[in-house]
Amino acid sequence: MAVEKTAPAIELINVSRRFLSPTGKSLTAIRDFTMTVERGEFVAVVGPTGCGKSTTLNLVTGLASPSAGEVRVMGAPVKGIDPRIGFVFQTDALFPWRTVIENVMAGPLFRGRPRAQAQASARDWLARVGLARFEQHYPHQLSGGMRKRVALAQTFINGPEILLMDEPFSALDVQTRVLMHEELLRLWSEAKASVVFVTHDLEEAIALADKVYVLTAGPATVKSVYTIDLPRPRVVADIRYEQRFIDYSRTIWADLKEEVETSYARAAA
Amino acid sequence: MTDATVNIPTAAFRPGTSDAEIEAAAAKAAAHRRHTVTFWRLGILVVFLALWEIAGRMAWIDPFFYAMPSSIAGRLYEWITEGTSEGPLWYHLYVTMEESVLGFVTGSVAGIIIGVALGRNRMAADIFSIYIKVINSIPRVVLAPIFIMILGLGLASKVALAFVMVFFVVFHNAFQGVREADRAMIANARILGASDWQLTRSVIVPSAMSWIFASLHVSFGFAIIGAIVGEFVGSRYGIGLLINIAKGSFDAAGMYAAIVIVMVVALGAEYLMTMVENRLAKWRPQPLHETQ
Repeated sequence: MAVEKTAPAIELINVSRRFLSPTGKSLTAIRDFTMTVERGEFVAVVGPTGCGKSTTLNLVTGLASPSAGEVRVMGAPVKGIDPRIGFVFQTDALFPWRTVIENVMAGPLFRGRPRAQAQASARDWLARVGLARFEQHYPHQLSGGMRKRVALAQTFINGPEILLMDEPFSALDVQTRVLMHEELLRLWSEAKASVVFVTHDLEEAIALADKVYVLTAGPATVKSVYTIDLPRPRVVADIRYEQRFIDYSRTIWADLKEEVETSYARAAA
Repeated sequence: MTDATVNIPTAAFRPGTSDAEIEAAAAKAAAHRRHTVTFWRLGILVVFLALWEIAGRMAWIDPFFYAMPSSIAGRLYEWITEGTSEGPLWYHLYVTMEESVLGFVTGSVAGIIIGVALGRNRMAADIFSIYIKVINSIPRVVLAPIFIMILGLGLASKVALAFVMVFFVVFHNAFQGVREADRAMIANARILGASDWQLTRSVIVPSAMSWIFASLHVSFGFAIIGAIVGEFVGSRYGIGLLINIAKGSFDAAGMYAAIVIVMVVALGAEYLMTMVENRLAKWRPQPLHETQ
């Protein structure tokens, strides 16, 4: 177990993933992808649209397996779905026929915890995301931002050591998004989880992350890695006006822009 | 700009109208609308029945074949008060209902279970789909003589026919509902820790439920068709038998009276089903009404 203690949270080592298209052709989503996420580290992954960012997350969850290379979680190879992993989806993945509290209770109940305990814990998490009054509402009665907070509570209640987020806030309006960033950073600093946050929004990536991975146009591979040395705790609403933030933004955008243009030119061709 | 003002509905509000006024006006408009709908519904029925009656009495149509609302009502009254030539009406109705309900319940339970099972298992679905397609292409009513030959004139043959009428409809919808279940939702449940069985029970089946309910609505009607066709082909009791006997004695009023009974029962079942569905689907968004 000594090895496990020191191993990074996530390692992707020369990973490739190929798909078969409906016509039987082989498509490469990612190739020779190498990434390491240390424990407690917040990593953001940015890249052009459709380059294969989400594929990397699916490999870590075990919902997909690599065609070549190795994926390790906490030092051990991924075999099936790891209970230490939490995932926040881009689309609404709440269960619409369950009330808010039943949605949050889902994880503990699936994992065999007693109902009373799950309920108490769900209450606690709903209070932490500021939705205590909405326990008995159904998802369709909530706003997009509130639904996202339910999704966060639903994920955090399982106490994930690794948190994977696939463009979680891309459907929200800008103001709600900033509030959700604050919320996420607060929950993250309490939970001490390792995070991989996939986004196409560079400013979001810099504001939240310790490290930003820039991917190439598909098939995706790592183009460059930037360490974001901004002090924590960060105030997301204000940080974007700091000179160092702007410098990071400019440098990384210069890098990302080439890939976005390649991707765009390819789509137009 | 006079054109624009013409198009403003009469319920347009002055600036400064209070919420209470808007709500009162909306409630009034809604009530008015309801009354108009009820009025026309009843009106159309009355006109239709009156025309039928007049056409019969004036001999525009031959009442021997088409009967008349009054003679149908008379026959219904006679059946209710004195019973039919084959015994009390209620017993026939009870037999038909028993056959339909048994066929409906067994058919829909089997349809849901097999639909969900095949929906969850791609391989089994690919293997069995061809057989289901083949069997489904048989017009169900041709099975009636076979069932009666095998299972006899009693309850079992009618239940079997109602069962096959219901099963395929429910099966198809359950299968499709499972296939349409949202993939992100399934992935979410699995990462939250759901086992295969938990996934089926608490994610797949609930999300297929609206599909399944859509099929249950029509399939009770199908169950009644199955029961009546079965009775028609060979039975000792039931509404289908009454129709058959009425046909044999050229009793048009009797045939229409039996149809009316079946209609009332089917409508009642439909009403019950809608009530149950609304109960179960309270999580679905209710449409907001615009104040016009």
